[in-house]
Amino acid sequence: MLDLNILFPSVLNGITTGAVYALIALGLTLIYGVLHIINFAHGAALMVALYGVYMLKEKLGIDPYMALPIMVPAMFVLGYALQRGVINRASHGKDENILLVTLGVSIVLENLALLFFKSDTRSIETAYTLTTVEIGPAFIALPKLVSFAGALVVSVVMLLIVQKTDLGRAIRAVSKEKQGARLMGIDVDHVYAMCFGLGLASLGAAACFLMPAYYVNPQVGNGFVLVAFTIVVLGGMGSFAGALLGGLLIGVVESLGGLILGESLGQVGIFVIFIAVLMLRPQGFFGAKA
Amino acid sequence: MKDFRRIALFTLVIGVIPFCTQSGVMLNFVMTALYACLLSQAWNVLGGFGGQFSFGHALFFGTGAYVQAIAQMQWGLSPWVALPLAMAFAAGVGAFVGAASFRYGLKGSYFALVTLAFAEVFRILATSVPFTGAGVGLMLPLKESAANMQFANRAGFIWLMLGLVTLALCITAWLRHSRFGAYLQAVRDNEDAARAIGVNPFSVKLIATVLSGGLMGAGGAFYVQVFQYIDPGIAFGSHTSVEALVGAIVGGLGTLWGPLLGAISLHILADLTRNLFGQLPGINMVIYGVVLIVIVMFLPRGMAGLGTITPLQWLRGSKRSDGDKS
Amino acid sequence: MNTLLQIEGVGKSFGGLKAVQNVSLSVTEGRLSALIGPNGAGKTTLFALMSGFLTPDTGRVVFAGQDITGQAPHLNARMGLTRTFQIVQPFAAQTVRENIAVGAHLHLPRRAQALGFAESVAQQVGLSPQLDKLASDLTVAGRKRLELARALATRPRLLLLDEVLAGLNPQEIAEMIPVVQGIAQSGVTVLMIEHVMQAVMTLAQEVWVLAQGQLIAQGSPAEVTNNKAVVEAYLGHGTAERLQKNAARATAAAQEAQT
Repeated sequence: MLDLNILFPSVLNGITTGAVYALIALGLTLIYGVLHIINFAHGAALMVALYGVYMLKEKLGIDPYMALPIMVPAMFVLGYALQRGVINRASHGKDENILLVTLGVSIVLENLALLFFKSDTRSIETAYTLTTVEIGPAFIALPKLVSFAGALVVSVVMLLIVQKTDLGRAIRAVSKEKQGARLMGIDVDHVYAMCFGLGLASLGAAACFLMPAYYVNPQVGNGFVLVAFTIVVLGGMGSFAGALLGGLLIGVVESLGGLILGESLGQVGIFVIFIAVLMLRPQGFFGAKA
Repeated sequence: MKDFRRIALFTLVIGVIPFCTQSGVMLNFVMTALYACLLSQAWNVLGGFGGQFSFGHALFFGTGAYVQAIAQMQWGLSPWVALPLAMAFAAGVGAFVGAASFRYGLKGSYFALVTLAFAEVFRILATSVPFTGAGVGLMLPLKESAANMQFANRAGFIWLMLGLVTLALCITAWLRHSRFGAYLQAVRDNEDAARAIGVNPFSVKLIATVLSGGLMGAGGAFYVQVFQYIDPGIAFGSHTSVEALVGAIVGGLGTLWGPLLGAISLHILADLTRNLFGQLPGINMVIYGVVLIVIVMFLPRGMAGLGTITPLQWLRGSKRSDGDKS
Repeated sequence: MNTLLQIEGVGKSFGGLKAVQNVSLSVTEGRLSALIGPNGAGKTTLFALMSGFLTPDTGRVVFAGQDITGQAPHLNARMGLTRTFQIVQPFAAQTVRENIAVGAHLHLPRRAQALGFAESVAQQVGLSPQLDKLASDLTVAGRKRLELARALATRPRLLLLDEVLAGLNPQEIAEMIPVVQGIAQSGVTVLMIEHVMQAVMTLAQEVWVLAQGQLIAQGSPAEVTNNKAVVEAYLGHGTAERLQKNAARATAAAQEAQT
């Protein structure tokens, strides 16, 4: 029924898309793993980063990959400021409030984008946008291969930061025992904001890798936010390796789903997985009581 | 009962507005404000009294809207029959989603995400199956008559919507003065404690989801009657979910009049900005988002918490806002 | 004397930890019994197994002649088996009256009746002056009373009290003891987990001792406190004498407080 010559490229395509998903999910899982909060504004923040890459290219002619050293620190600062200035202040330490505030932030960002850029879908053109690489019977767009490599590099960097640096040690301490860490003299609010900053910085990287082969519009983040949550839930909250594997898996599911069910219905597979994982992993995650 | 007397008064006062003014702008405002009130009050039943924050209430809205359209266009039913049917279907979807979520102990953020995911699944399905008109949507034929629930002027729509809002208010008042309501709030405040004294959290939350879904479905059905058009984005997009949620939270969760207060205030705010800045796309939602953040930051009990003076009363605001003391 | 609650060979493990192992005991109707034991002995887990919050891995739970093993807590409550929590769990956003009324709704469907009944229960536990306070505004002692009142409002046949005296000062303990006594005298069977030995000595007719998940002794308070195994389990070697002295001092203090 399904020819291997169709199946193989589809799987390969799914893996490269999945790598980008993983890249987006990495930041989300870091934020969840430490802050134990659901950052609902993750998709909107990605959208902001994509516009950033777009503007750098269109206004200043900076190549998306060259924009990495600009976008990563810029998104970091945005994340730090957002957590420290808005989310932390508004939440009063309640999970529901964080959920609502991050929802509010995402509404504001998305509609500000609508205000400034209208609802047009925009993309950029680079010399390598249409370059493809032949792998067996498949042709893969070069930007997708680059983003696959980029996802691997970013996840290794994130892992190193969390495992090897002083900041990483503080992050791990805070994620395990907030009060204890505070008593040990760790500035918990700072660590929270650093985490949020790192989470958004990884989105800055994701946007640079994504933009050459993708597009941006004010709603673009919505499509990613549930996908990223699916990956985080699937891979285990706070697990980088899980996010990476989950991302690849979801990419393949989407690609094969699209092949079998058609483009629009293919996405349903992701959400069905999401709902099923949430329900079937007993008592998991947030609902768990001590 | 004080609450029910106040509701009767409210219905009466709003009900005579169409006799007092012919201004299309004014009547249109009343109609859309009432519509916003219904959405917020529907959300409040589950989110405010039940403490279950749904981010996907568009799921019920869209179900109601599509059933209202399909029942008339494909099953040949009267819109007056379609309306209760639309509510029943939306309530049924509520039962399904509620049962699936609560059976597996989904709470807090996860309930929010699952409702959002369900809404998204429905949106994609609505784009893909033929009987919803797929991406094109459904256009209700224009047949202006009261029998067709397509009124010649806004007054008819106002009375229809007022009836639905009154129903929502009565359900809310009932929650405040009934065993079921007490159980629902007990589960919201502490599920384990409620279980220990004989409350079944699963069925309590499930019924709340059904009620909330049914009311939201009525909102969707009303939308179709007024605008005579529905497509997957309008039906299941996040806009409606956000509008319902923000109104309820801004007004005051778990109160009788708070969601109305919130919905109407936001509505006025949106109208004002439209007058100030013109039809800028997105500006309304920017304001909704900012107001949501500001309220959560400074007024965790919503506007209903504003009326009182001392900090203690401030704390009590969410329950005592309308001065009714049992 | 009838047995109201009987558990047979009940066990529960969490991962590798055997929290409760092969415990059998029976609670006699109309009596006030106590379950004591050192920290981490598995007392609260045993309560959770009895009341349906946890399902035992082994054994069965029989209440009023019916097997209720693994039955949901709310169904047990409807049969007349109710528990309180060691860490109080008020409905914080509601008043004392409303809190108690939730319990009363178990047998009173009408709101007005339940709110009215809440008043009489509040009186029974000494909460009348606080009826219209928010639960979150109560003191620790007030919350303990509320926890008790809410359970009592369900008109239980068997009340499982998890450390209602923990966190109270001596004065508050002395005030609370007669409340518990009154509940037992009104015909409610009570099984209490308690660390305050003074209360156990004063109140309990029968005592069960749990250590490391196993039942190690049973008897009257005097018998149990003189039991070597119990003393060793509690305090380690060589402290038997000290405990006796303490117990004597505690009873003296209790008598003093009551007069």
